[in-house]
Amino acid sequence: METGAVIETHNLTKAYKGQTAVDNLSFDVQEGEIFGFLGPNGAGKTTTLLMLLGLTEPTSGSAKVIGIDPCREPVKVKRLIGYLPENMGFYRDLNAWETLRFIAELNEIPRSEADGRIESALKTVGIYKEAEKKVGAFSRGMRQRLGIAEVLIKRPKAAFLDEPTLGLDPDTTNRIIELIEFLARERRMTVLLSSHFLHHVQKICHRVGIMIKGRMVAQGPLSQLAEEKLGVGQESYTLEEIYLKYFQEE
Amino acid sequence: MGGVTAILKKELADHFTSYRFLFLFALIAMVSLITAYMAGVNISTQLVDVAKPRFVFLMLFTSSGIGFSFVQFVAFFGPLIGLILGFDTINRERNEGTLSKLLSQPIYRDSIINGKFLAGVAIIAILLTSILLTVAGIGLLMIGVIPGIEEVFRLFIYLIISITYISFWLGAAILFSIIFRNVSTSALAALAAWVFFSFFVSLGANAVANALTTDTTISSSEAQMTRAKIRKAVSLISPMELYSDSTITIVDPMRRTTKSMVQMGWMEQLSITRFSGPLPLGQSILVVFPYITTLIAITFICFGISYAVFMRQEIRSV
Ligand SMILES: Nc1ncnc2c1ncn2[C@@H]1O[C@H](COP(=O)(O)OP(=O)(O)O)[C@@H](O)[C@H]1O
Ligand SMILES: [Mg+2]
Repeated sequence: METGAVIETHNLTKAYKGQTAVDNLSFDVQEGEIFGFLGPNGAGKTTTLLMLLGLTEPTSGSAKVIGIDPCREPVKVKRLIGYLPENMGFYRDLNAWETLRFIAELNEIPRSEADGRIESALKTVGIYKEAEKKVGAFSRGMRQRLGIAEVLIKRPKAAFLDEPTLGLDPDTTNRIIELIEFLARERRMTVLLSSHFLHHVQKICHRVGIMIKGRMVAQGPLSQLAEEKLGVGQESYTLEEIYLKYFQEE
Repeated sequence: MGGVTAILKKELADHFTSYRFLFLFALIAMVSLITAYMAGVNISTQLVDVAKPRFVFLMLFTSSGIGFSFVQFVAFFGPLIGLILGFDTINRERNEGTLSKLLSQPIYRDSIINGKFLAGVAIIAILLTSILLTVAGIGLLMIGVIPGIEEVFRLFIYLIISITYISFWLGAAILFSIIFRNVSTSALAALAAWVFFSFFVSLGANAVANALTTDTTISSSEAQMTRAKIRKAVSLISPMELYSDSTITIVDPMRRTTKSMVQMGWMEQLSITRFSGPLPLGQSILVVFPYITTLIAITFICFGISYAVFMRQEIRSV
């Protein structure tokens, strides 16, 4: 069945010793969608992303990313997906340009094309002026932008962003959220956004999934969740309220 | 494939700009120069009134000026080069969070190890070759002997074996860097392995041999024979022994072998009784061939374990 889903999982489960990190997760993300992946720390968001990229083996269940099984062909998936890990590290001795060139080489982007992509990615995230600066001297916000630039130069079909605004000041957070929205709108990029900045997620996500203790307790457009949980119409709710409601029920 | 090249390139650039490489180079250069100089002085004083024996040039590398020769120096301290280059290969990336970045790119996990290993091997090759050439240059100036074709060839083989040997230690160090998440733990483990194989194995080999042949009723020559065999067998688990034995055969053809007669296999005994001159090059190669194969084999075993462990490891930036 052709569903047009970029991400599809079916009963995806990951059990670590003595604990189930992801419990029978089934969800999908459609093309061009921004899907907000919500949940408290330890809910299993990162684990899910790692399984979708083939970086961790699921205990059971299955996943398809752009029609490919990440377990079987992780390299293929990673060629098509841009991933921004949480707490991403950088090579401190490289400058921004060199960092992106290295990523371009790993992705086998031809040199002639790489330079153009690097320049445009740096401009998009707004650190073009700092291209020659060592990443070791970057602020947290600049590093996060560079991380997004790393995603952009791959020209990916979809991006998995794991807490992209964690530890950033409100202004930088806003800019990054706007950037993500821009990429989805203008570049038709599918985005899976893990975050617990509910306020921002509410602003840009088309649909959300709320994950608690490894299980996805709700998913759908915000308005739908609001109606189910709060019984109110649009405008008069916040995602925070909905989220807390689910959280209390657990 | 693209992954390996990209990582190899980056690692090489990292090495060349690192203080670690600089210090390593300076240290080795200094020691080798001193050794070569002392050996040169030693040889030229000894050669004053006598006809030059064969393979004088090789003596630069084998004669000990200040207690140890160049060859001994590499056998003993060479492992440290490999260990220092490799002990933090993977765990540093893991701790700095760059490993998850690498792994989320479209490359296979083994490309990371391969790229890093090859970069290390290239560095080792550059280090050893340049130092060998420098020592040769000094020797040329001091004793004024031009090496013959065979000597050059022997030195070349020596170089290849040495690169293999140090690369084995590099492989071991990379394995440690995969197993131990903490950089200092893996440094300590590497150091322990070095001490174990440099001191304990040969001491232990003696101890085992003596313990197993305490029976005094056996005639002394027979006991000696058994003891020597056991000692040999035990010390063969040490790459250092493998290396020393093979290089000495190559660069010290007059000595022919490091082993005493009792330790020799029948082939070697045959060759030693048949020829009174130096062991011919072809023979030398034949003698050391199994050693080299073993060295390469244990390097591959190291690598096999590295792959197996690395493939299964949980990749978390925290
Ligand atoms: N390597 C591991 N071994 C055991 N448990 C783990 C491991 N990695 C993660 N976990 C557990 O899995 C759960 C989910 O973690 P994670 O996916 O990082 O949550 P989130 O990203 O939503 O904060 C946590 O309870 C965590 O303790
Ligand atoms: Mg997480």
